[in-house]
Amino acid sequence: MRTRVLLGCLVLVLLLAGCGGGDGDGAGGRITLRFQSLAWQAESVEINRELVKEWNATHPDVEVEYVQGSWDSVHDQLLTSFEGGEAPDIIHDASDDLADFAYGGYLADLTGLLPERLKSDIPQRSWETTTFGGGIYGVPFLQEPRVIVANAKWLKEAGVRIPTPERPWSWPEFRSITAQLSGDGRYGVAWPLKEPVSATLNLSLSSGGQLFHRGADDKVTIRFEAADEVMPRTVHDQANTDRSASPTTLGSGGSDTLPGFFGGRYAMVPLGFSYRQQIVQQAPKGFDWQVLPAPAGADGLTQGVSPQTLSIAEDSPHQREAAEFIDFLLRPENMVRLALGDWMLPTGTQALKDPALHTTENDWATGTALAEHLRSAPAQSVRGYPEWKDKVATPALQEYYSGAIGLDELRERLEEDGNLVLARYQR
Amino acid sequence: MRTSRTGRAGQYLALLAYLLFLALPFLWLISTAFKPPRELGSLHPTWIPKDPTLANFRQAFDEQPLLHAALNSLTAALGAGLIAVLLATPMAYVMARHRTRLARAATGWVVVSQAFPLVLVIIPLFLVLKNLRLINSMPGLIMVYVVWALPFALWMLVGYVRAVPPELEEAAAVDGAGRLRTLVSVTAPLLAPGIAATGLFAFVTAWNEFFFALVLLKSPERQTLPVVLTHFIGAEGVADLGPLAAAAFLATLPSLVVFAVIQRRITGGMLAGAVKN
Repeated sequence: MRTRVLLGCLVLVLLLAGCGGGDGDGAGGRITLRFQSLAWQAESVEINRELVKEWNATHPDVEVEYVQGSWDSVHDQLLTSFEGGEAPDIIHDASDDLADFAYGGYLADLTGLLPERLKSDIPQRSWETTTFGGGIYGVPFLQEPRVIVANAKWLKEAGVRIPTPERPWSWPEFRSITAQLSGDGRYGVAWPLKEPVSATLNLSLSSGGQLFHRGADDKVTIRFEAADEVMPRTVHDQANTDRSASPTTLGSGGSDTLPGFFGGRYAMVPLGFSYRQQIVQQAPKGFDWQVLPAPAGADGLTQGVSPQTLSIAEDSPHQREAAEFIDFLLRPENMVRLALGDWMLPTGTQALKDPALHTTENDWATGTALAEHLRSAPAQSVRGYPEWKDKVATPALQEYYSGAIGLDELRERLEEDGNLVLARYQR
Repeated sequence: MRTSRTGRAGQYLALLAYLLFLALPFLWLISTAFKPPRELGSLHPTWIPKDPTLANFRQAFDEQPLLHAALNSLTAALGAGLIAVLLATPMAYVMARHRTRLARAATGWVVVSQAFPLVLVIIPLFLVLKNLRLINSMPGLIMVYVVWALPFALWMLVGYVRAVPPELEEAAAVDGAGRLRTLVSVTAPLLAPGIAATGLFAFVTAWNEFFFALVLLKSPERQTLPVVLTHFIGAEGVADLGPLAAAAFLATLPSLVVFAVIQRRITGGMLAGAVKN
């Protein structure tokens, strides 16, 4: 009897599944656009859904279907969808993931699709993150600087100078302060460098480090020069000479350092600006924290970022409508809502002026002050960069930071092994 | 051969340690699912939450359509399990009983097909399903899961069929039973544990599968549980740990229930008649 009931249920479930087929495309001339969003935090998902709802309420002829994607698998998923001609019309991704898709012809060139309002609202330095071979393949709309989250009480008690965006610490000053804060099993800083390459390249821009140099023949070569050394040498010396950086967190992700930070083991943790949300959620009651700008070098507070982007699939039959939706989504007031939901900074200059992004609550103002210093992350348009990053730079930097190799060997591996990798892509 | 009392105690201790080792991730998952955010960020985490909460479960259900996704997963897993068994059983019988060159070649192919990496098949498969208009449909996903599970299911069942003595079938034939009657009344009951184990394998494989579901299902209302679980994970591996643990804990329950229900049948069936009373 029980078996029969189970079999009956199974047949019913399968029938229900069969009834659910079909693509659900709009009828009566109505266009349906699929918008794959990577928003994942509760507030951010809610705002994205609200905006889609608002669009659908005011655009009866163009319906947008909200689909939630995942950061973890977006590249493989999109690649398969592009190959199969089934990609979403509007694609949320990060600028450092776009180069392969843009060069592969999967993304639409937005140059003639976007309205002037949007083009002029976003600064050229942000457009550079999504410009490949003369075409624009994504609209950069959210970005986050790397900042230092500090235990405010600890810093006050130590009497160190608190840096501001107007008067940041220099790299040597940062090193001496972390040394001053360390001792008795406590560390001045905990660098979460599980993924050391982007942190190193992006922060090295402050001292003028470029690493990737494009020649007159348009070919890129790697040169690890004096300006590229400043940031990695500081971290290396903090961890291995001064013992002011925790050696255990060098292999950790950002979230892994938070318990030690809350527990009073580290005075400071360099993190992305959006980590403030986790800190607000998880910090013990009364824990006094603050956001500080990353140290400055010869080029001031400049640092590299890979903004979040919105692109349109080349195969989308409704590119104009998709561009109109992007324009709607990125109106200044909507960009502010998206930024607040994701705890990040908008790229739009109008949105950046919004008072909600200049409050001292959760140190929004400190991050907003850094927006003008953000540049395109080095190498994100260099072909072969992902392989160089995984096979050459990540192990070399990890070994250098842990003290296993010195600066000369780091240079040799980044340059010699790295240029061999890049050469294969530039024949 | 008798084992000394100390030796047996050592064996039990080793077994207990192994079981504990296996259980640790699951226990950690349960513990995390009931912890408030501030305990998740503690430098000295405790196994038993100091201030247990159901907020993670509430948040998980509020943010994601977990029940709907679970129903989708259940549909795909049950469908894949059932169809895989229906297809694999007669195929396995033929391969085990008729040792022809073709059967040997088929067995070899089954073994080789296990070595195909996922990335090799996903794009051709995607295109085939697209031409069949089965992208974004549950029947399409079930078909993929069946194809994916079939080689191993076949391999498993061939072993079970070979374990059934052919003499029993011959005896049934001597008693006047036809081929079909022999298969249904004699062979099938003896194969029941193997069929259950194979179905369970196909069910669990489909229940846990992520990448095919991610790529083949476009509409949010068709997404399965593993796909929906990734929605709690952000860029660079940052995760909303509490709700993720709560949802992942719930996602493991159906597999455990199915195991609990079927396990007794598998072991019971396997041992039936093993010893002459």
